[in-house]
Amino acid sequence: MKILVIEDDREAARYLEKAFAEAGHSADVAGDGETGYTLAEQGTYDALVVDRMLPRRDGLSVVAALRAQGNDTPALILSALGQVDDRVTGLRAGGDDYLTKPYAFSELLARIEVLQRRSSPKEAETVYRVGDLELDRLSHSAKRAGQVIILQPREFRLLEYLMRHAGQVVTRTMLLEHVWDYHFDPQTNVIDVHVSRLRGKIEKDFDTPLLHTVRGAGYMLKAAGTVA
Amino acid sequence: MSRFSAMMKMTAVRLSALYLILFTICALVLVFYMTSLSVRLLTAQTETAVNEEIESIGQSYERGGIAGLVRSIDRRGSQPGAYLYLVTDPAGRIVAGNVQSIEIGVLQNEGWIERPITYERYGEGNDPKVHTAIARVIVMPNGIRVMVGRDLGEPEQVRLVVRRALMAALGIMGVGAFLIWFFVGRRALHRIDEVSVASQRIMGGDLAGRLPVSGSGDEFDRLSENLNGMLARIQELNEGVRHVSDNIAHDLKTPLTRMHNRAESALANAKSTKAWRVAMEGMISDSDQLIRTFNAILMISRLESGYSTEAMEQIALSAIAEDVFELYEPSAEEAGVKFMLGPLDTAPVKANRELIGQTISNLVDNAIKYARGSENPVEVTLSVARQDDKIKVIVADNGPGIPQDQMERATERFVRLEDSRSQPGSGLGLSLAKAVMKLHGGTLELADNAPGLRAVLVFPVGRTVDEPQNRGDKR
Repeated sequence: MKILVIEDDREAARYLEKAFAEAGHSADVAGDGETGYTLAEQGTYDALVVDRMLPRRDGLSVVAALRAQGNDTPALILSALGQVDDRVTGLRAGGDDYLTKPYAFSELLARIEVLQRRSSPKEAETVYRVGDLELDRLSHSAKRAGQVIILQPREFRLLEYLMRHAGQVVTRTMLLEHVWDYHFDPQTNVIDVHVSRLRGKIEKDFDTPLLHTVRGAGYMLKAAGTVA
Repeated sequence: MSRFSAMMKMTAVRLSALYLILFTICALVLVFYMTSLSVRLLTAQTETAVNEEIESIGQSYERGGIAGLVRSIDRRGSQPGAYLYLVTDPAGRIVAGNVQSIEIGVLQNEGWIERPITYERYGEGNDPKVHTAIARVIVMPNGIRVMVGRDLGEPEQVRLVVRRALMAALGIMGVGAFLIWFFVGRRALHRIDEVSVASQRIMGGDLAGRLPVSGSGDEFDRLSENLNGMLARIQELNEGVRHVSDNIAHDLKTPLTRMHNRAESALANAKSTKAWRVAMEGMISDSDQLIRTFNAILMISRLESGYSTEAMEQIALSAIAEDVFELYEPSAEEAGVKFMLGPLDTAPVKANRELIGQTISNLVDNAIKYARGSENPVEVTLSVARQDDKIKVIVADNGPGIPQDQMERATERFVRLEDSRSQPGSGLGLSLAKAVMKLHGGTLELADNAPGLRAVLVFPVGRTVDEPQNRGDKR
């Protein structure tokens, strides 16, 4: 995955470049909004990480200009501000996700990887399959190896989100955002308990685990033997 | 001398100088007007008297002829304070009268002598004085001229007295003004100098310093008191900032030190991959805690600096309470806490769903976290109640609660009451809740739930001020 990091803080940019490389991605760095825009315009990147406050041209206007051109490379906006209305303005300008500094790299990585797949056709599928687990989005039902699993509405949404991003790390914050529609940092183990209840339901009577905990980052739904 | 020039620059002195000049001009005009008026009045009186006198002299002439006239004039002229009399025959020789000498040519014309004339009177001994007077001359049919006049001493005296009084008054005014300038100006300058010195000291770093207050309650005192109030507020804020930064330093130092130690001990001791992993994961969880703390700090300061109200919407608190209940129910159950949803009032209020959701979550999280230490089976109840014009979100638990004397402190930033030091958390939850409620025009109230803690978010009911119905009376 080829990522463009538009960030004027050299230290932070270099760190991101290295960290993305370690995670198996390649990252280019642009030090100001104008350079970033010129690079992103070419459309050769899979995802953009854009700082909001940049010299020469601010991050929001870079993203807005790209969208106006019909360039829909997924963009994650980074901001030192970070409040709900900032998130709203960020997303309104055409950003696909929003992250507040300071952040954990694992969170950024998980979000970028999810963003990149967002454009994949999975959104339109009505039935998700991971291994022998099957989720029908129309009839709101889930089965594993043909056996029906009874889920509460919230558990269904949780599983749906995990399955849509099967093979990707999803963080607790991402789950709270997409399953509960709240954008704050979940305290202690609230999300973990929900996940472990779900895990109980989909794994209890089966030998192979599907829902994996990625320590220090979040969760990943993955069929045995598949590569992330 | 610089002090004098400083005094001359003072507004009070300049104003009073202006007043002094204006007042002097007014006084002069008034005095001149009054003197001229009274002089004119006196002159008119004199003229009337002179006319009457001439008339009665004429009558004596008619009765007794020239002899009668002379007799009458001799009698009248010898009385004290008498008129001036002079009778001449057609040749111009003096026949009778009490005037020793008079300006030449006075008797030439008939009628009123328009200007004051000078004369000397008989009977003033060896030292005759020069007087001024006005007079009227008449010519009898046989060529005898009679002049009757009246001394101008009275109006002249009035003029003199008034002029003297005026000079004295102006003199006193001038001296008085100078004295007042001097003392008032000196006092004002003294007060201002005191304030300047005190300000210099405060600017020099003595933030506890205050401006002097004399206790007289005058305008300087009022000014100083207000400035002192301002200084106190600044000092309070400054101390708040210092207090917070001390706390930040302390609270961030702990996880940082722990991370450092973990890394160090992993470097020195970890033999297996598993040991490395454990150390690394510990460090990540420590750094997550740090990030959480930072985010909470940033959020509180943003809320306190006035978060935009654009993101507010009309929303039922019961819906948010249900969300939070649903979110926390499993973890409460896992912690062995009985988490219940109480009655929910569905009235909408103007609120930010995210912030309120987070705030209620924090309160519930606290209740579950701290109630765990209790011996009894723990119950946490979340409810939304309407009371008069307020809507309350109530999180009640039967845990250990907060001692009454520590309630106030509990909402301060970074305050973690002694018993809770062992619990994880940034110590920012309640101060965040307080800041969120302030933004919503509400309050956070902590009360004893006997036993346990009762945290209440109090919202004013959403009757917005800008609703047009309240404006009807203005039309």
